[in-house]
Amino acid sequence: MVMKLLATALALLVDGIAYAMILFLMSVGLTITLGVMRIANLAHCGFAMVGGYIGFAFVSMAGFGVLSSLAAAAVVTMILGAVLERTIYRWVYATGELGQILMTIGLTFVMIAAANLTFGSALHAMPLPLSLTRDMRLGAISISAYRLYIVAVSAGIAGVLWVILEYTEYGARLRAAVDNPRMARCVGIDVPRMFAGTFSVGCGLAAVAGFLGSPIMPLEPFYALEYLVPLLMIVAVGGHGSLKGSFYAALLLGIVDTFGRYYVPAMGAFTIYIVVVALLLWRPHGVFLRSAT
Amino acid sequence: MAQGQPMSPPALEIEGLTKNFGALRVTRQVSLTLEDGARHALIGPNGAGKTTLVNLITGLLAPTGGRIRLSGTDVTDLDPEQRVALGLARTFQITSLFPALTVAENVALALCSRFGLDRRFWGRMRAQVEVIDGAASLLDSLGLLALAPRRIADLPYGQRRLVEIALVLALEPKMLLLDEPAAGLASADRHAVLDLLLRLPEQLTMLIIEHDMSLVFRIAKRITVLVEGSVLVEGAPAEIRANQDVRDVYLGTRHHA
Amino acid sequence: MKAEALPLRPASVQDAFSRHRLSWIDALPWVAAVLVYFAFPTYLALGTLVMISIIFALALDLALGYGGVASLGHAAFFGIGAYAAGIWALHVTSEPFSGLVVAGLAGGLGALMVGPLLLKTRGLTLVMLTLAVATLLQAIANADWCKPVTGGADGLFGYQIAPLFGRFAFDLEGQTGYWYAAGVMAVVFFVSKAIVNSPFGLTIRGIRENQVRMRMLGVPVVRRLVMLYVVSGAMAAIAGGISAQVTRLVGLDSLAFMQSGNVLVMLILGGMGSLYGAFLGATVFVVLSDRAAEIDPFNWLFAVGIVLILAVRFAPQGLVGLIETAADRVGWRRDSR
Repeated sequence: MVMKLLATALALLVDGIAYAMILFLMSVGLTITLGVMRIANLAHCGFAMVGGYIGFAFVSMAGFGVLSSLAAAAVVTMILGAVLERTIYRWVYATGELGQILMTIGLTFVMIAAANLTFGSALHAMPLPLSLTRDMRLGAISISAYRLYIVAVSAGIAGVLWVILEYTEYGARLRAAVDNPRMARCVGIDVPRMFAGTFSVGCGLAAVAGFLGSPIMPLEPFYALEYLVPLLMIVAVGGHGSLKGSFYAALLLGIVDTFGRYYVPAMGAFTIYIVVVALLLWRPHGVFLRSAT
Repeated sequence: MAQGQPMSPPALEIEGLTKNFGALRVTRQVSLTLEDGARHALIGPNGAGKTTLVNLITGLLAPTGGRIRLSGTDVTDLDPEQRVALGLARTFQITSLFPALTVAENVALALCSRFGLDRRFWGRMRAQVEVIDGAASLLDSLGLLALAPRRIADLPYGQRRLVEIALVLALEPKMLLLDEPAAGLASADRHAVLDLLLRLPEQLTMLIIEHDMSLVFRIAKRITVLVEGSVLVEGAPAEIRANQDVRDVYLGTRHHA
Repeated sequence: MKAEALPLRPASVQDAFSRHRLSWIDALPWVAAVLVYFAFPTYLALGTLVMISIIFALALDLALGYGGVASLGHAAFFGIGAYAAGIWALHVTSEPFSGLVVAGLAGGLGALMVGPLLLKTRGLTLVMLTLAVATLLQAIANADWCKPVTGGADGLFGYQIAPLFGRFAFDLEGQTGYWYAAGVMAVVFFVSKAIVNSPFGLTIRGIRENQVRMRMLGVPVVRRLVMLYVVSGAMAAIAGGISAQVTRLVGLDSLAFMQSGNVLVMLILGGMGSLYGAFLGATVFVVLSDRAAEIDPFNWLFAVGIVLILAVRFAPQGLVGLIETAADRVGWRRDSR
């Protein structure tokens, strides 16, 4: 009996971490956007959706393999992000939060409508390669290979990001720009260009998350709004602009949500909201306080 | 504080005030006493923690240690609003006003707060005669009446500075903190500010942060020099001017600026 | 200090205070209402929806346009009011005015409960919290254990609403509902106007402009914002209550993000911080969306999105702003706002 309980708990844990990792990957772009340029980009979840759909299109319509579709999705979304940043996002850098919120909501609506126009309202997902459809067994414990794969890939990407941020010059400049954009500018860091590049990469990462995560977070037109609140919660709880904070916040959210839905079904869907609201009221600047990144 | 003398408590008393941001010690054991009617200046190189000190006194920052007393009342745990109610007022290094509102409305906000009208949701604002008269006469006494219907956003910086001083005067404070009142002003405007400050009531206690030494020496009767978060020396202007340590600090930083 | 011979006092100083003057423009909505009643008798249901939306938009205008509170979850109050009125009619009495009062109280109470906590935060955190609260409420309303109260996904229905004043029954053509909404709209508008013109109204605008300065003037900012939020919440709830009473149906969509998003779009479209913007924006939006949603809801969403993006860049003050700029150009003297 205890083994069964443990097995369930472990499976849930992996589920929760996988979910958390997808959300974390998605949130990286938003964290940087908020941290460097202090832009409230509510369309970020939309970019993840767009990326997911593009990947799906490459697989189902152009016949690409899963990995190449993933790459293609990331690239196309990055280009889209770069173009939009140069155009409509520029408009709202000076308007303050409200203008940014409104414009990005408008953009989200456009994305939703476009998604529906192109793909309809049915659910879509990245088709799982055969190797990932199996479950890995360890005695009584059975864990989905796909979820392990997600955790591994995300951890890998997070690791790479970490290395870039901590050990490269680009990373140092980015951290400087996050800590103090004005000072960074004075020291010769081209903050707007750095931001344009980072925004683009953030969109790419969101696309990866959207496509890779689609088996557990299926794509449909309202995806752009569906995960917006969890995403915002991760960034807020993590401390705006702190990648490490977002990482822990994502883990917290993913695990609490998964366990909550399973063990307390009556409250499941919204345990996470209550937890987050409580956390933010306790520490409005982010629970995992802002450190260097 | 001398014993056995029947004097009123000091307008401002800071005891061992400390502020740390993690490992960064911005304010270190600062102590300061201002009697009623004091004209006290706080000077020091950039980064010495002067604005932090003002933020601590006004309550926008919570201290890590130490106590603050306004006219004898311990305000260390009080909110900024509560300290203002006890007679504290401040101007900001970068003028802090209400841009979309008119000069008259700006001053009126201070008066409404003082008269306790700020939460009155019945009655028209335009019918609040005390406030309107009060704003009119205050602006007139400062020579700013003609600006009354202009929006702050449409005014040049120098005039905004003066409006901000009008704003804080409307509160009829007992203790006034001025954070670099002359910063960013052309010399004509600087004279206007100086004039205004010299004409302020004698019983008003003033603490001024300034870099403009000519202004400091014209107004201040006592000067505190703050360096890297702690008090280097305090004394009369002539003493400070002659003090070798102070000169070293300023000469030193000028080299590295 | 009073009655001195200051040359410029007090007329010009008094004029320095903006106010929402009562003028012929204020009568327009009700003139329009009368015209619509006679000219488009088959569109009364749509007209009622417009007026309900106007009330909702006025509520948000107070909070956001005047107070600067970026609420992306105002549907929470609309929904609270709708459910409160529906439950009241279902279980207590079908008398409409009492239902409306209950709805308003419920909304105000809700705002009072979350306000002091939420309004301590600012910026994106506040936006996110308002979203989270609204989403939370929707999830609660949908929860199994809440079904007996809220009807879950099926919603509340099957309750009767007694005739207004005991005489005017809510008929199928919607005539009573129409004038009911018009009447409440009048009351809400005049209350909003009074608030905006009062010293509290000035305080609120001050808070929107510069919270730190307000604190340094001795104003307890959070408490004042909570007052505003309570009024706004109560008004939004009243809008929801009318909706519940006139349509005799309350669903989960009253709490949905779309509800919050729509009213926000209405305000952007019409112009924030002027009260009139609520009228213009709500009317244009509801009428257009009614026509468009019939044709294709997703294309409508697309159009709304585009309008939002363009409005932020080219018409940040909305239709009211455009009209004012045009009036300026033509040389009409502007009402001070």
